[in-house]
Amino acid sequence: MAEELIRMVNITKYYGRVRALHEVNLTVNRGEVVGLLGDNGAGKSTLIKVLSGAVPSSTGEIYVRGKKIEMKSTSDAIANGIETIYQDSALVTQLSIARNLFLGREPIRGPRFLNRLDLPMMERVASELLKQVGISKNIPPSTPIGALSGGERQAVAIARAMHFDSDLIILDEPTNNLGVAETQGVLKFVRAARDTGHSCVFIAHNIHHVFQVVDRIAVMRLGTVVADNIDPRTTTVEEVERIITGMDHE
Amino acid sequence: MEKQSLARRIFARPEAGPAILLLLEIVVFTSINPAFLSVLNVSNTLAFTVELGLIALSMTLLMTAGEFDLSVGSLFGLSPVLMWALFNSGATSLPVAFLLSLLVAALIGLANGWFVTALKIPSFLVTLGMLLVARGTALYITDGFPQRTWKADGEWIASVLVGDFTFGPLRLYMSLFWFVAFAVILHYVLTGTRVGNWIQAAGGNAGAAAARGVNVARTKIGLFMLSATLSAFAGAISSIRTSAANPNSGTGYELEVIAMVVIGGTSLLGGRGTIIGTVMGIFILRLMRNGIVMIGVPGLAYNIFIGAIILGMMSLHSWLERRSNSGGR
Repeated sequence: MAEELIRMVNITKYYGRVRALHEVNLTVNRGEVVGLLGDNGAGKSTLIKVLSGAVPSSTGEIYVRGKKIEMKSTSDAIANGIETIYQDSALVTQLSIARNLFLGREPIRGPRFLNRLDLPMMERVASELLKQVGISKNIPPSTPIGALSGGERQAVAIARAMHFDSDLIILDEPTNNLGVAETQGVLKFVRAARDTGHSCVFIAHNIHHVFQVVDRIAVMRLGTVVADNIDPRTTTVEEVERIITGMDHE
Repeated sequence: MEKQSLARRIFARPEAGPAILLLLEIVVFTSINPAFLSVLNVSNTLAFTVELGLIALSMTLLMTAGEFDLSVGSLFGLSPVLMWALFNSGATSLPVAFLLSLLVAALIGLANGWFVTALKIPSFLVTLGMLLVARGTALYITDGFPQRTWKADGEWIASVLVGDFTFGPLRLYMSLFWFVAFAVILHYVLTGTRVGNWIQAAGGNAGAAAARGVNVARTKIGLFMLSATLSAFAGAISSIRTSAANPNSGTGYELEVIAMVVIGGTSLLGGRGTIIGTVMGIFILRLMRNGIVMIGVPGLAYNIFIGAIILGMMSLHSWLERRSNSGGR
């Protein structure tokens, strides 16, 4: 029996009078990569925003490791081990890799009132993490994010989630606008995250990318989850596409 | 090869352009008129430069966080008026009046920050409004007349703020000490502290910073308060040094200060700032104002040179940034 990490129960979200989510139920187990699929407007992004604390749900409950959590802000999500990697990587392009990795949780050294960054430690850890996520090129940790490729930026974001031991890493369209080699790199990082015990929710428009890396697929349509236990090893891409578009009912 | 990469690294820094321009200015002005580097001229230049410089230092942090403060010139005028009005009416002692004027400025900065962060109004508009409110207040409480300040003689606070001392042949004011102290502290804050990381992140990608748990609103409000307080501090120093508190003083300073900051290499769009560059930007503009008069160019032509410098430096910074990003590591 898989150990439950996250359980979302009857999540409903209204934007004004528009209902974006309707009684969504979704569970993510520990060490599992769940692919979340759906057409534009299906509610994937809203669901992820609720889970990551970016927007509050109108009704419904979220349980982390069996405990009910009030998800009021992204800080609440991070504190509960939920890390979200958005399409733009949520990185600051002007800051270095090391400064980005520790943003918001910077270690300090010396007397507290001096608020002094422990830059040597940050750069040392950043170097080790870059190796861990498989960036083989020799990139100094003082390199600004702006000088990295799209795939390398995703790798930095994933490395950050791994370092802070996030139990759940949510990847929102991480392969968008990436080339073939960079996409494979990102998929490799996701596998590396799973192999080290992290759970992932993987959202992508490209179903083929999802099939390569997930253990289970959930499909959303019109603001609700219509299937949440699709096994990618026994289901074809075409069958999933039919569920996404609703043609499975025809 | 090593030397080449070192040279490239040096020239990729935002401070490289301003450093070269500053050096060029000193060489050109001195070669045309050697009195440019005379003891008297250096003393006079340093006395006034640092007052405007104090505002530029805090503006650097604010602009790095992606915001502007157009009310700094008005606060430079309002705070000393307030200080001397309180003191001259006998309501308080001069040190208390000084502290109260700083407190009022800090509250104005708090209001600026609140409008920007809570109501999501662009800082350009908020501080433009505050510029008018502060200037209008200074004019209203003085009826448009300067305050008398001659009672400052013998006040210890006046010695602490603007007392002069000699350093070799140079006559220097305490304001230089305050400028150097704030430059060192704010450089440290921006480059070596957690808060500095938050400031850069708030300007570079506020959404990303907030997603990482950085309190972007509080960071920006703090910087608006710092900007307003240092403007008031600079205004108080200036009023004691010149023995005048004119409600119109500081008019137009906001644009000159922003020019100093961007010439120094701080990004107009936020995310990247440099106190060292700003210090050079401050001296580039002040030496230009002083130098063109000393070499016989009419002072009215000053703005032509400043405009040209801003355009030239913006082009250089933009080119260096593109090169740094595309040129890999």
